[in-house]
Amino acid sequence: MPVIEVNKLNKWYGDFHVLKDINQTVEKGEVLVICGPSGSGKSTFIRCVNRLEEYQKGEVLFNGQDIQAKSVNVNQLRADIGIVFQQFNLYPHLTVLKNITLAPLKVKKTPRNQAEENGLALLERVGIHDQAHKYPAELSGGQQQRVAIARALAMRPQVMLFDEPTSALDPEMINEVLNVMKDLAREGMTMLCVTHEMGFAREVADRVIFMDSGIIVEEAPPDVFFNNPKHDRTKAFLKEIL
Amino acid sequence: MTEVKYTFDWNLVLTGQYGDWMLQGLLLTLKISAVSIVLAMLMGTIVAVFRLSKVRPLIWFSAGYTEFFRNTPLLVQIFFWYFGSEAVLPKAVNTWLYKQDFEFAAGCIALTVYTSAFIAEEIRSGIFAIPKNQLEASRAVGLSFIQSYRYVILPQAFRIIIPPLISQFLNLIKNSSLVMTIGVADLTYMARQVESYTFHGFESFTVATLIYLAISLVVSFTITMYNKHFLRQITY
Repeated sequence: MPVIEVNKLNKWYGDFHVLKDINQTVEKGEVLVICGPSGSGKSTFIRCVNRLEEYQKGEVLFNGQDIQAKSVNVNQLRADIGIVFQQFNLYPHLTVLKNITLAPLKVKKTPRNQAEENGLALLERVGIHDQAHKYPAELSGGQQQRVAIARALAMRPQVMLFDEPTSALDPEMINEVLNVMKDLAREGMTMLCVTHEMGFAREVADRVIFMDSGIIVEEAPPDVFFNNPKHDRTKAFLKEIL
Repeated sequence: MTEVKYTFDWNLVLTGQYGDWMLQGLLLTLKISAVSIVLAMLMGTIVAVFRLSKVRPLIWFSAGYTEFFRNTPLLVQIFFWYFGSEAVLPKAVNTWLYKQDFEFAAGCIALTVYTSAFIAEEIRSGIFAIPKNQLEASRAVGLSFIQSYRYVILPQAFRIIIPPLISQFLNLIKNSSLVMTIGVADLTYMARQVESYTFHGFESFTVATLIYLAISLVVSFTITMYNKHFLRQITY
């Protein structure tokens, strides 16, 4: 069974039709890169997957279960599907470690010493365990984004969503975040990444999706996508960003 | 006609029986203020969060509560709880209340409800100052709406509104002098009583004034220092 299955997904903001009949199947361990011009609906699409956005038509199945069904506990769903935002969104009044342990302590009721041990291990994994007791404002953008990744991983999610995770970073900090994401991908995490980092897409993506005006225009493995795109719109877009 | 000369006698109002009265009054003022501040913060927080929930009846309740209690005189509210609540409460509750300190309770309720309406508005503006994506980030890791407010939004909002909150606390402490009208023996009540026994109103009310001033300054200074030294200033 695929981890995520999206069938004829449609969403409107008022009269504006943002997503038009989106279909996708994501198997366990797959890495998808979604790209496209701004306003194409790519962020809205992945935000539908953990119900940060509600959709009006079609369905999104997580492990075979319709995520907008009444019986679904939205908090549990979000614990299982982590997300990393463009703007990090760390809690500024809490230390780095407490940013990471808050949800395990309160949602999963993990004992404190275990949550902290796990939190420190995650910080080690993203390469900043020595910053555990600092506050977010004392960290660089790249470090903050790595904390945000660790915070999402602390819930042991089955799927990770990335919503332009490097777009707000200074150029010299982009790689430290991408490297963490590449490690995650190689370890078998199922990932949906909205990003324009084409090097990352080439290296770890299983499929690259190009969206425009709420439609999936093209979808292909990275080598085909970059070397032999079919649609003119994809070609034009690639010419712009490469 | 001979003019009687007023002789100042500070010792009279500061020692002995009269001094004890002033002290008792001070303690009662501190007690009713402290209890009301704690309750007003609780109630103010609840009302503010109701207003920002997505549940219509809670929003209406909250809007009605703030507008009603903010826009009616405190003295009228004190009289209402003291004289009026009897008529609407069940007999058993009344009997029980009269065995307690009913004047204190009525005064406390009035101060709490009145001040909480203002505090709710301060908290609401504090919450508005927090970037929207903080709520989104906390909901996205699986925290519920209530947990997100409890651990992420409110701790940040409170830090922002500490200065206006101090004003609300000081207002409550000063407003607590109105409860003397329903027979709560607070500092003002006692100063008045000392005046009527001694005819030394200048001294007794000067002492009361200085005590109110001292309480306010201590409260204001303590919270400001706490904020400065123990709470992390947040930047986004």
